[in-house]
Amino acid sequence: MAKSKKLSVGRRNFLKGAAGGAAALVATSGPGPIKAQQAQAPRNGSAPILAKEPDPGPISSVEVLTADRPGSDFMVDVIKALGFEYVIANPGSSFRGLHESLVNYGGNKNPEFITCCHEESSVAMAHGYAKVEGKPTCVLAHGTVGLQHASMGIYNAYCDRAPVFMIIGNTLDANTRRPGVEWAHSVQDAAVMVRDFTKWDDTPASLQHFAESAVRAYKIATTPPTMPVLLVADGDLQETPMPASERPRIPKITLAGPPQGDSGGVAEAARLLVAAENPVLIADRCARTPAGMKLFTELAETLQAAVVNQNGRMNFPSRHPLDQSERAREVIRNADVILGLEVWDFWGTVNNFRDQLHRTSQPITKAGAKMISVSATDLNTRSNYQDFQRFPDLDLSMAADSEATLPALIEACKRLITADRKRAFEERGKKLAEAHLQAEERVRAEASYAWDSSPISTARMAAEIWAKVKDKDWSLVGGRGWAMRLFNFDKHYQHVGGSGGAGEGYGAPSSVGAALANKKYGRLSVSIQNDGDLMYAPGVLWTAAHHKVPLLSVMHNNRAYHQEVMHLQRMANRHQRGITTAEIGTTLKDPFIDYATLARGMGVHGEGPITDPKDLGPALARALDVVSRGEPALVDVVTQPR
Amino acid sequence: MIVMIAAALAAAQTPAAAPAGNAQNGKKLFAQYGCFQCHGYEAQGGLGTGPRLAPKPLPWAALSRYVRQPAGQMPPYTAKVVSDKDLADIYAFLSAQPTPPPAKSIPLLNN
Repeated sequence: MAKSKKLSVGRRNFLKGAAGGAAALVATSGPGPIKAQQAQAPRNGSAPILAKEPDPGPISSVEVLTADRPGSDFMVDVIKALGFEYVIANPGSSFRGLHESLVNYGGNKNPEFITCCHEESSVAMAHGYAKVEGKPTCVLAHGTVGLQHASMGIYNAYCDRAPVFMIIGNTLDANTRRPGVEWAHSVQDAAVMVRDFTKWDDTPASLQHFAESAVRAYKIATTPPTMPVLLVADGDLQETPMPASERPRIPKITLAGPPQGDSGGVAEAARLLVAAENPVLIADRCARTPAGMKLFTELAETLQAAVVNQNGRMNFPSRHPLDQSERAREVIRNADVILGLEVWDFWGTVNNFRDQLHRTSQPITKAGAKMISVSATDLNTRSNYQDFQRFPDLDLSMAADSEATLPALIEACKRLITADRKRAFEERGKKLAEAHLQAEERVRAEASYAWDSSPISTARMAAEIWAKVKDKDWSLVGGRGWAMRLFNFDKHYQHVGGSGGAGEGYGAPSSVGAALANKKYGRLSVSIQNDGDLMYAPGVLWTAAHHKVPLLSVMHNNRAYHQEVMHLQRMANRHQRGITTAEIGTTLKDPFIDYATLARGMGVHGEGPITDPKDLGPALARALDVVSRGEPALVDVVTQPR
Repeated sequence: MIVMIAAALAAAQTPAAAPAGNAQNGKKLFAQYGCFQCHGYEAQGGLGTGPRLAPKPLPWAALSRYVRQPAGQMPPYTAKVVSDKDLADIYAFLSAQPTPPPAKSIPLLNN
């Protein structure tokens, strides 16, 4: 990040002859307060340098060099009123005023300044944090270049429906911009670059405006569908002192209740679900909070319905007898009613799409199956970015927050259940429980293949991690894969879903952000960290070390951008040529990256690379010892591709 | 996909015996031709990418037909890029893969 290396010219004219580091003696006069100042010794210990006797010209040309009440102090009052625990940022001159106010006036507490090496890391940290805490934290970024760095992180959070509260700096007034870099870092409309994937933005023109917009932005960010919001804090607004007469106020912070499904829709959904012989409940980003997980479990148990958990959030206990996620295709194929709760890709869930030379698709569901969707995304669908997925054929659609709709839906179902239906549900539940147990056995059998192989199987790696964490208060803050199949998930904070937008580089910083949230609860945060993902901005390892974030990162090191390896293979095969060259441009070898050394260089305990599965357990134990002392650790494991 | 493979098998006129192949060379080719990317180096399968192929692979007729003309997501490996001889070596590798111990005997899989 380029920072201005020129000496600051300052925002007002200097008296001619005034020396650097010394302030002129001034007379108090004129309309505004001008503080009397004393000559001060320069830092090098030599004799004090006094300014030349000021030219007794007009008083209006006298320079004032200090201020007691910068506008940014009030901005900190607003930030504190919103209850942010942290401000996460890579420093930038365009918010130097706010930064100084945070660490001095604000005492660097509530919020505490978290230093990042890349703005993408700052946003992804806030993204991970929000999913554990259920509320946003604050990110600062340099306008223009900082926001450009941050933009992919913001897009991921937008797609993942996670709230992030951003403040970026800018200098709108050309008259006050420092020459050179500050011009390259100034813009007419700072937010336009990300407006397509933020829920709301504003550029306040006064401190009162800032206060009202900040409160409004917080309310908008936290109302489902929750998404990132952005405020532009102009440099002049930050740095210009507030006159004594200016007393902006912070409005009352009243959040909106989440939108619930309409009563007609809820009644119809309940009617369909209770009458169904093979209902399937599909949950993706359903459980925003622990209450959501409880409610969804209650709905499933009330109906004794098959559950398919798509793991956008921690929706349902993984070893619950109704969980049929391992046989999702089979249950969807046999379903007569499907309820999707915040399902990101409903169309893709119920259709099979074939990626061959001629792309084709066909429904998985049987003819006549009824499909119901409850999704807050229907309340805020933007045009440009196509993350809203293909339009599904639904029989009932409620534009509402699923978690907020569940209480009414559960009650509506309960009112309709007769003794006959209850008996039918019990029979269904028994069959589903049996099927679940058989699926669990199949998973264990599947995990046993390549058990002792090198590179290490991801099943083996997940099982070794599970053995070490299962008796602790753990949270899987990054990675899924075999961990989702072998770990016993039964608490809401035990996983936080994925990136949303599949923008690689999310994993490492979001894990650190989620671990930061977990820290105060004493939870053990574990991440299964992809190698390619870490290399986008590995400086977040330093952030974890510097801020003592306890986090165990276990590398899923397949030494490649493996998804792209497969894509390239597909193209080569399709063209019947070069099927041995898919590794060109997609693999990380020659040399292999030494992640343990990389981690140690950032102040993180690092071990590996581990290629023998027998070495994995002891390495994990040593790393966990470090994490138990409140610090991050990384174990580099060389794995099978998937 | 299993249904499609079974159909391919049923459509085969007579179940042809697998041609003789070199398992050691087959292991090398399995990696070189990129089969490992979706199916793992030991053909144990990959999450979300490709099913387990070994041990006890599908009958030669079904597997070889599917490799040339996949009915699912798998990209095609035509004879132009993987010769019949190379495919036979790969099949020998798959056939030679050992059966793992039962999952019940692995303590880490019974937590």
